[in-house]
Amino acid sequence: MRVTVIDYKAGNLTSVLKALRHLGAQVEVTDGDLALVESAERLVLPGVGHFQATERLDATGITSAIRAAIGRGVPFLGICVGMQWLYAGSSEAPAQPGLAHFPEACTRFPECSKKVPHVGWNSLEVRSSSRLLAGVGPGEFVYFTHSYKAPVTAETAAVTQYIEPFAAAVEQGNVMGVQFHPEKSGATGLKILRNFLAWEGN
Amino acid sequence: MLTKRIIACLDVHAGRVVKGVQFVDLVDAGDPATQAARHAREGADEIVLLDITATHERRQTLLETVRRTARELFVPFCVGGGIRSAQDAGQVFDAGADKVSINSAALADPGLIDAIGRSFGAQAVVVAIDARRDPHAADPVRDAQVFVQGGRKPAGRRVVEWAREAEARGAGEILLTSMDSDGTRAGFDCQLTAAVSEAVGIPVIASGGAGTVAHFTDVFARGKADAALAASIFHFGVSSARALKEELAQAGVPVRLPC
Repeated sequence: MRVTVIDYKAGNLTSVLKALRHLGAQVEVTDGDLALVESAERLVLPGVGHFQATERLDATGITSAIRAAIGRGVPFLGICVGMQWLYAGSSEAPAQPGLAHFPEACTRFPECSKKVPHVGWNSLEVRSSSRLLAGVGPGEFVYFTHSYKAPVTAETAAVTQYIEPFAAAVEQGNVMGVQFHPEKSGATGLKILRNFLAWEGN
Repeated sequence: MLTKRIIACLDVHAGRVVKGVQFVDLVDAGDPATQAARHAREGADEIVLLDITATHERRQTLLETVRRTARELFVPFCVGGGIRSAQDAGQVFDAGADKVSINSAALADPGLIDAIGRSFGAQAVVVAIDARRDPHAADPVRDAQVFVQGGRKPAGRRVVEWAREAEARGAGEILLTSMDSDGTRAGFDCQLTAAVSEAVGIPVIASGGAGTVAHFTDVFARGKADAALAASIFHFGVSSARALKEELAQAGVPVRLPC
């Protein structure tokens, strides 16, 4: 299976590429070649770092190409900032719009005695209808490192508790996102990536 | 629930895992890639590889070790030793590390923390601090001093202040090693760990002194650590991450048990 990973120069892609290749995917990377997005069979938008970095997606025309690909039914997975980008925006960079596939906005964890960023292994409450998280049971953990998060809505595929409940994963048809890092979440993370690679139309 | 992390640390010298007491008397403890894979399989939440005798000439050896170790590792992987520039950090990330740990280079040039954070994100920058209590100070813990050169030379900075500055400059985590406890297996310095953990809003990884399961429960409770580093406790088959975590779970510490 062929996967197109979008590089928008926000941190390091090595771990994501390594995990996808480990699962047998044929991986190609684009940082601006729209033809690769237009011909993609599957799209992955990773991302660590600042929401502002997603401005590069607009500048290169990738945002429009992704929107069109999603419209054609191409499976899309956003990881970390890549998931947050599926929403209208983030208070981390209020002037930078997201894709707005989901109308809500991402916000910072509220100030309290607990540490922000949320770093480490936390559990998932998976909604039974999720295809991306099929087979992920209670007692399984995934690795998070983030300060901003998406709200829990009808499209939330898994909820995690830290300070307050937030969307650990979102899923609507072929559009999926995970706030955690499946490429760094051991066997559970690889199972989730495998589900994404196996995702076939509705 | 967010769990407390157990981090396996591999001290590496010339491509081999070694263990010493207070940074001297090094003993061979195996191949880094094999050791890292075993720790991850047995439930370690993260792997730290520290090149304890990093030199410019050995740079390629380190990168090759990182590449080999990262290949089949799907948990967070942090690498430290000899990283003196954002460019050095970039090479280590390209080789497969998720985070870099910087220590003396950050003391020499604190702007290095900002530079790596800007290019790779705060989550990728761990500032390692080698600390000793100051027995002559009115408050030996609050006035604990930062040391460099494997704990031999004072850096002229107070630990708590330096941790705060590292956070302000964009460090994602603090790796705090008590040089007084390191290698003794007599327990973490919980007072020092708590002083640093309460002073910063980023996670603190406690290091130095792990010998028993009770030492870990202690550093999570009294020491307010978010994670704890273990090296010698895992070597030579003394214990495994799985055994340690099962005991911690029984003691009421939230941990991720391996599937």
